[in-house]
Amino acid sequence: MITLAINRLPVAVEEGETLLEAARFLGFPIPTLCHMDGLSPYGACRLCVVEIGEGPKARLVSSCTYPAQEGLKVRTASARVLRARKMILELLLASCPQSKIIQDLASAHRVSQQRFRQEHEDCILCGLCVRMCEQQMMAKAIGFRGRGETRSIGTPFDMKSEQCRLCGGCIYVCPACQLRCTYTEPDKAICGGCANLSPPCVEKEQFDDMMCYMNPCVACEIEKD
Amino acid sequence: MEKLTSIDSFHALQGRLLADRDPTIPTIVISAGTCGQASGANDLIRAAKRELLSRELTDRIHLRITGCQGFCEAEPSVLIEPRGTFYPKVGPGEMVGIIEAVARGEVLENLLFVDPHTGTPVEKQTEISFYKKQVRTILARNEKVDPIRVYDYVENGGYSALARVLASGDPSRVVEEVKASGLRGRGGAGFPTGLKWELLAKQRNGQGKFLVCNGDEGDPGAYMDRSVLEGNPHSIIEGMLIGGFATGANKGVFYVRNEYPLAIKHLTIALRQSRGLGLLGDNILGTGFSFDLKLVRGAGAFVCGEETALIRSIEGKMGEPRQRPPFPVEKGIDGKPTAINNVETWANIPVIINDGGARFAKIGTKRNTGTKIFSLVGKIKHTGLVEVPMGITIEEIVNDIGGGPVGRARIKAVQTGGPSGGCIPANRFDLPVDYDSLTEAGSIMGSGGMIVMDDSTCMVDVAKYFMNFLKGESCGKCFTCRKGTQRMYELLEDISQGKGTLERLSLLEELALVVKDSSMCGLGQTASNPVLSTLRYFRDEYVAHIEHRRCPGGVCRDLVTYSINEDCNGCGACAKQCPAEAISGTLKERHVIDSVKCTKCGNCRTVCQYDAVQVV
Ligand SMILES: Cc1cc2nc3c(=O)[nH]c(=O)nc-3n(C[C@H](O)[C@H](O)[C@H](O)COP(=O)(O)O)c2cc1C
Ligand code: SF4
Ligand code: SF4
Ligand code: SF4
Ligand code: FES
Repeated sequence: MITLAINRLPVAVEEGETLLEAARFLGFPIPTLCHMDGLSPYGACRLCVVEIGEGPKARLVSSCTYPAQEGLKVRTASARVLRARKMILELLLASCPQSKIIQDLASAHRVSQQRFRQEHEDCILCGLCVRMCEQQMMAKAIGFRGRGETRSIGTPFDMKSEQCRLCGGCIYVCPACQLRCTYTEPDKAICGGCANLSPPCVEKEQFDDMMCYMNPCVACEIEKD
Repeated sequence: MEKLTSIDSFHALQGRLLADRDPTIPTIVISAGTCGQASGANDLIRAAKRELLSRELTDRIHLRITGCQGFCEAEPSVLIEPRGTFYPKVGPGEMVGIIEAVARGEVLENLLFVDPHTGTPVEKQTEISFYKKQVRTILARNEKVDPIRVYDYVENGGYSALARVLASGDPSRVVEEVKASGLRGRGGAGFPTGLKWELLAKQRNGQGKFLVCNGDEGDPGAYMDRSVLEGNPHSIIEGMLIGGFATGANKGVFYVRNEYPLAIKHLTIALRQSRGLGLLGDNILGTGFSFDLKLVRGAGAFVCGEETALIRSIEGKMGEPRQRPPFPVEKGIDGKPTAINNVETWANIPVIINDGGARFAKIGTKRNTGTKIFSLVGKIKHTGLVEVPMGITIEEIVNDIGGGPVGRARIKAVQTGGPSGGCIPANRFDLPVDYDSLTEAGSIMGSGGMIVMDDSTCMVDVAKYFMNFLKGESCGKCFTCRKGTQRMYELLEDISQGKGTLERLSLLEELALVVKDSSMCGLGQTASNPVLSTLRYFRDEYVAHIEHRRCPGGVCRDLVTYSINEDCNGCGACAKQCPAEAISGTLKERHVIDSVKCTKCGNCRTVCQYDAVQVV
């Protein structure tokens, strides 16, 4: 067992557990976006940052990926943590304002403005879909390509994947996909529209050759028919 | 090539080579690294070979083709040993004359390097101001060996350090020696190498351990690692062999970017030779110690220099950093303990073993020992690779070695540490160059880039340039690093176009601090440095852009106008060069620029010999 202190409260956890798990065990809330139980931690959204260490060596780490270490002192809501979280949410709002999940997180953290140039992106590259596809659907149909600003998600060569079985797992976990349902008028997006489709888009026959992340999106095509 | 099967047979070979050498025979040394070849060294080599053969001088004058000798601005250069005569910028037609002079034991005065300050010619390499203050522990060896001849290396004391540690048979003493030397990693972070080795040595050796030589060198404008790899590959192989012996690792990987074909070629040859000599592979020199090295070529992504991304790249995966801990020393390549060191770090190892850690520690300062190679470039008279003792001041590097500003310009800052480094203003040039002082001043040592900037450089533009690089080179995993660099670039671009506001400047600062704080790897954690350090020292330039819509460096196109002042003597050179035909005027009279037509390309300013084109 490893003993550490989170917000001054001691806690003992198994070796290999993350700071996020330890904090949740104690009931300290930490917002997450790219983390999901059942999928491996990835550390992409940085929303779950916490402050570790003391004095000049104190620094922020993503709690979903950082392993618990003996004697570590962790702060889950210091001023520095909150400053980072708010800025991350502001950046998320600036890129993907139509996501219900992002909106809710922003309002929970009292982020009410965003000062950057407004964009309407349909992917925050959190990688949930990639991990869902690989780790739960055992399909490995989609993956990351490129780096920096040209990084994106898709199938190899953007061709219909033999591996994809249209399970829809990737759409299900996507925090940003809502854009696809309203992509002609993203400003007017009502969040979560896609979640209420019935029957679920991927069961529709005429979309056999489509995949969730494809443009145009399955859901949008359904709107039309 | 005979295979050496014992330490004694190695010493016997070395003795034979030394006995055969006549150091009094003049040798023409041609610097032919990538930089030398690009500026025409191959023509010199051809001319020299032809001349020596046709005159049957090959016994009386030797020729040695080596890697880079550092003085890039003087390439292609020729050095005559043992006299030390240095000829800069030699044309292929001049080679014959040089050979004749060498044969007669004379020096060609008219081809010598001319000191720009005194105007007098200087004969010897070591007397040239560029070389005088340098301490060239690593680089000077480049001149001594032909990188594709292992015997050259052995003759110059190569592999002696390996033989020595193998003879001692005590790995822990090697680690102690490296610790005593105080050597810190030259790849940027400055982690004590001895400590890293000790950590690796302590790992259980169940399934093997790895050593890696990090030759990714992704910083734009930095090429010291390339020069060492090209010019002296055996020194790095020797360093890694010693490291393997000290830590119990028996596999090593050279990770070199594919854009370094000459380095890869020389390394491949060197590996073959050392394997052939029995210095690499199983049962090295009959001591029972085995170590093998392979070469992995990287695809040239900056982020692959980061150690965890590098490991993934070696494993054949996408070059994406991962959470540390676990550190590579615990879990590296294929989950096995791995120690990664920079090219220059490895090159220092044989030096430490040969001279002893204590002696190495005497160079430099207390916490920053040894020498460091910098690539000195930018608005300065002498550019090139300079190797200096740690703790030397920036002033000495810029003014004494670099020869100060070009023309009438005033140097205003140096940028150190590559894209994620920072700028240090001229009023702090008394700062000693070492890991700690540079970090304290808001920059980093990085792997050794040093770009000199004068008053025609715009600091907003500099920050923008590096941010543009970083936003393309971030691996893109961390949202803060990927989007943060894009947003910082956007804000900087606005400022450079005169669209900035003071509120958005503080937003930039706020964002920069968060990107630094909350990104996972070293790239994201230093990505804000270009912004934060220019803001720290040159905030007035930002404010000039924002409040007065003015670019003090005369760089940001949207904010400057070109005009011609009274110094114009009406030569008309500018009008001929202007692609927009915006310059008019009669010969011998002051010309005028039509600011509506002017595209601000800057051609006129470059061609004007009278400094009459003004940019404000
Ligand atoms: C974005 C990034 C790029 C890096 N690039 C290099 C590089 O090109 N060469 C290098 O030796 N180290 C590079 N490093 C540092 C390495 O991660 C590592 O610290 C170093 O190779 C360790 O060797 P050393 O202890 O000998 O310095 C880079 C680090 C980061 C974060
Ligand atoms: S729908 Fe296809 S791509 Fe999406 S998770 Fe399922 S198998 Fe993977
Ligand atoms: S498509 Fe959705 S789930 Fe996949 S990375 Fe983008 S935002 Fe995340
Ligand atoms: S900080 Fe940047 S380069 Fe490093 S892992 Fe995160 S996104 Fe990739
Ligand atoms: S939840 Fe930890 S980084 Fe996204």
